[in-house]
Amino acid sequence: MSSEILPTTEPEAEPYRLQVNGREHTVASSWLGESLLYVLRERLGHPGTKNACDQGECGSCTVLMDGRVVCACCLLAADAVDADIRTVEGLGRGEGPDAEVDDVQRAFLDAGAVQCGFCTPGLVVAVHDLLDHRPEEVALGVREALSGNLCRCTVYGRVLAAVARVRDERREGRGGGLADGGPGGQQGGVET
Amino acid sequence: MLADEESPSRLLEACTRRGIAFLRDGRGAHVRWDSGSRSDPSCRDRRPRRRGPCCREGGATLTVARPRDLDAALAALAEHPDADLLAGGTDLVVEVNLGHRRPSGVVALRRVGELQGAEITDDMVDLGAGVTYAQVEADLADVTPGLAMASRTVGSPQIRNVGTIGGNLGTASPAGDALPWLVALDAQVVLAGPDGSRSLPVADFLVGVKETARRPDEIIHRIRAPRVPGPQHVAKVGPRNAMAIAVASVAMVVDTAARRVRVAMGSVGPTPVRPLAAEEAVSSAVDWDALTCPADAVDAFGAACAAAARPITDHRSTAEYRRHAAGVLAARTLRRCLSE
Repeated sequence: MSSEILPTTEPEAEPYRLQVNGREHTVASSWLGESLLYVLRERLGHPGTKNACDQGECGSCTVLMDGRVVCACCLLAADAVDADIRTVEGLGRGEGPDAEVDDVQRAFLDAGAVQCGFCTPGLVVAVHDLLDHRPEEVALGVREALSGNLCRCTVYGRVLAAVARVRDERREGRGGGLADGGPGGQQGGVET
Repeated sequence: MLADEESPSRLLEACTRRGIAFLRDGRGAHVRWDSGSRSDPSCRDRRPRRRGPCCREGGATLTVARPRDLDAALAALAEHPDADLLAGGTDLVVEVNLGHRRPSGVVALRRVGELQGAEITDDMVDLGAGVTYAQVEADLADVTPGLAMASRTVGSPQIRNVGTIGGNLGTASPAGDALPWLVALDAQVVLAGPDGSRSLPVADFLVGVKETARRPDEIIHRIRAPRVPGPQHVAKVGPRNAMAIAVASVAMVVDTAARRVRVAMGSVGPTPVRPLAAEEAVSSAVDWDALTCPADAVDAFGAACAAAARPITDHRSTAEYRRHAAGVLAARTLRRCLSE
C-alpha cells in the first residue's frame, strides 16, 4: 500500500515538505487543513502571494504549481508535497535588496500597471504563465487568460499594455522568462 | 482589544485610528485582524477569527492520506469513514478556509492513477474522475465538444487547472457546470467501493442539492458518456463571462444518429432538469436531413423547457428570471446547433 497517513496532534503534527521556488521547506507544527496560501504566507515567509477572498474568486494568490497557474487558497498545503511551487518571489533574479525584477514585472512598472499593487503579484504570475505557454494570444485570448485576476483599481488597460510590451520584447529577443524551463527551469529576466 | 459591542461604524473608526486593518466577512458582520485574544500567544495565525480556524484552536486532529492508487485510497477511506475526499480543492478547501467545514480526515485523490486519463472508443468516452476542466478543454474538444464548452465556462484558468469532473459530480451543486451535459447524454458514474464497483446514471447519482448517491466508503472512479454524432452547444447566464456561477445553463446535444434532441438545464432545480416532453416534441419537428427546424417549433421548445424548469429565488437570481433564461438558452442553443 502506498498511502501515507499523516496523523496530526498539533503542535506535534508530522512535518511535511514543500518545494517552493526551487527550495525545500519543512512545515512543522501546523494544522493539516491549512491552505497552501496560508502556509506560504504565514509559515514560510512568502508574503508576496496575497490573500483577499480565500475562495478562488480573485486570483490574488495565483502561483504556479508544476508550471500551471492555480489559486494557492484552493490547495491543501499538505497535498502539495510533491509539487513544484513557484511564487512571485521566485520569478525575478536574486533575493532581498539585490533582487532584480523580471521582464513582466519591469513591464508592469513601465506601463503603469500597478495601482495599489495588491492584485499585482497574482497578475504577474498569470501573465508569466500566459506568455510562456501561449505568447501568440492577443485581445480576447489575453483577457480570458487573465479573467481570474481581479483588480479593484481597474488598471486592466495598463495590464494589457504590459502584456503587449513583454510580448514585443520577447519577440525581439530582448526579454526573458520561464519560457523554456517550465517547472524549475531557467529563470529569465534580462533587463534592458 | 476592541469591545465587540461597539457599533460597526464606531468600530471602523476605532480600527482606523489604531491602525488595525479591517475587513468584512461574507455575512456583512465586521471582523478584525487581531490575534491578541487567542489562547496561545505564540500562534502566528493572523486571520480574522470568524474566517477560518486558528492552527491551535478546536483541538480537532486532521489526518491527510495521499494514496497513489485506488486500492490505497479505498483503504484510507475505510480507515477514516468520515474523511472528506479531496480532488481539486476548489470546493473543499474553500469551505475549510471560510470555517464552514472542519474535516477530521482528508483523502487526497490527486495522485490516484486510476482516476486519470480519458479512454476514447468509437461509441464511448470514459473519463477519469480526476480529469480537470483544463484537460477537457485542451484534449477533448473534438470528442466531447459540449463538455469542453461547459468546462471553459468554469471559474478561471486557475480553477480549471485543478477542478475536476469527478469533483463537480461529488459536490453536486445545482450550478455544477459539467452536470447538465452529463445528464443530457445519459452518462454513467462508476463508483469504486470496498466490495467492487457499481455504475449508475448521473441523473440517479445526483439526488439533491449537494447530495449524491455515493456511499461514504465509495470513490467516484470514472464517468462514461456515449459518443453521439451531431452538433452540441452549452450556454450559461451569469453576471460575467468569466468566474460566474451559473444563474441558468443549458447543455444541448443534437444526436443526428438517433434523430433525437437531448437537453438538460442547470441551476433551475436541485439537480439538472431534463425536459423530456420538450425533447420529444422538438425531435419530431426537426428536419433531420437538412438539420433545420421551423421557427415556431424552436420557440415552442424554449417555452416548454422554461415550463419544465423548477427554479427557486435566491441571492443570485429570482425564480422568474431563471425560468425565462432557461427557455431563452434552450431555444438559442438549439438554433446554434441547427445553423452550424
